Amino acid sequence: MKIPANLKYTKDHEWIRVDGEEALIGITDYAQGELGDIVFIEIETEGEDLEKGEVFGTIEAVKTVSDLFMPVTGKVIEINPELEDAPDLVNKDPFGKGWLIKINIVDAGELDDLLDADSYNKLLES
Amino acid sequence: MKTTQLISFHEKLRAKLVEFAGYKMPLEYTGVNDEHLTVRKKVGVFDVSHMGEFWVSGEGALDFLQKITTNDVSRLVPGKAQYSCMPNGLGGIVDDLIVYHYEDKKYLLVVNAANIEKDWKWINRHNTFNAVIENASDKMSMVAVQGPEAKNVVQKLTKINLAAVKSFSFETGKVAGVDHVIISATGYTGAGGVELYCYNDGAEALWAAIFEAGADKGIKPIGLAARDTLRLEMGYCLYGNDIDDTTSPLEAGLGWITKFTEHKNFIDKEFLERQKEQGVQRKLVGIEMIERGIPRHHYSILNQQDKVIGQVTSGTMSPSMNKGIGMGYVKTTYAAPGTEIYIGIRNKKVKAAVVTFPIYKD
Repeated sequence: MKIPANLKYTKDHEWIRVDGEEALIGITDYAQGELGDIVFIEIETEGEDLEKGEVFGTIEAVKTVSDLFMPVTGKVIEINPELEDAPDLVNKDPFGKGWLIKINIVDAGELDDLLDADSYNKLLES
Repeated sequence: MKTTQLISFHEKLRAKLVEFAGYKMPLEYTGVNDEHLTVRKKVGVFDVSHMGEFWVSGEGALDFLQKITTNDVSRLVPGKAQYSCMPNGLGGIVDDLIVYHYEDKKYLLVVNAANIEKDWKWINRHNTFNAVIENASDKMSMVAVQGPEAKNVVQKLTKINLAAVKSFSFETGKVAGVDHVIISATGYTGAGGVELYCYNDGAEALWAAIFEAGADKGIKPIGLAARDTLRLEMGYCLYGNDIDDTTSPLEAGLGWITKFTEHKNFIDKEFLERQKEQGVQRKLVGIEMIERGIPRHHYSILNQQDKVIGQVTSGTMSPSMNKGIGMGYVKTTYAAPGTEIYIGIRNKKVKAAVVTFPIYKD
């Protein structure tokens, strides 16, 4: 199972890739494996300011529906346009082409509360 | 948690295993979409050994089964099977099942895994006919081989001419060296094929031989997740979702297996006959999404004016159609095919239509 070292993680199995004031958010390899074939992703929060922990969308596998949570406070500035036609990109490439949203980070200090790759790995093993 | 005789195969195949009806069962192997399409296009194999098997035999067997099931067992000659259900005395359904006429005065009932205990108690309670009944669920294994290539694969393993085994018929004989296998032309996928019943000691040899025989056809193991999407595309009821102790067979569209013939008395006959005359208040219908979205169990069904007119009982993304499909009960006035309905999905109403079964029209 892949856990890239340069990302931050949440206990809800999401990752965030920080690039200056912006960041990409997705779900982890572990999460996509647990969900199984992802068939529908609904994110309708583009342009909205959301608090850390708030739901920014939902992801549906064949059997289940899961909420997607903001790892940090921010404004949703882009939704991955490819997911509408190819939600399985999240299964195939969860840390790359299967990213979900791009945000503007409001408070970079919140990033310190997130897990690094080692801590996330320990969470999975526990 | 119980396991089936085939658990070591599932573990070796690295299946995602989950608890279902008290059994550790394979949910998926290669992924639900891949498995689903394998069954639709080629051939797939399911371990469904968790299903329950009851033998009913003796002089009183026929009268007993006529009493507890809705279909007409007197029309069932040896070698034939019928889909049926057991009414619960309150207008609902104890379980749906398949009744096999195994040989003269001997029947096999195949029931849902989740209902084995409940059904066993129920039939014991109503066996005032001195029928000999045996719960063989823990002794028997069941493997479903489904898909357009299924019969060709199994044919390699037996001398019985499978082309002659028509839908809802069965033969008993040797398959892959295993004796007394019931080869039944039935299934829960709509893709054709057979279901094989054997005693547990033959299950592993049977499973292994089927995969060897099907290797050149791209045969794959199929889990419970794809079993659900396959049956849903056909609109086959799942007990606990689409039918249960509160739904009548007539509401569920099972009038075709509810026989009000004169010579047959069964539990709830009068009630259901009256219901048939008066008409049902709600009906189980097929649902196909027009706008994007997936109907799910317990979601509300709404009309144009946002009034709740029913509830979704099963739903999924259809792998064959690549759109959301489902089943649900609606008020009878909304049950006509083509009726525009809406599914309440997370505070939104999403447009759908009532469709005929099967939902997936090959």
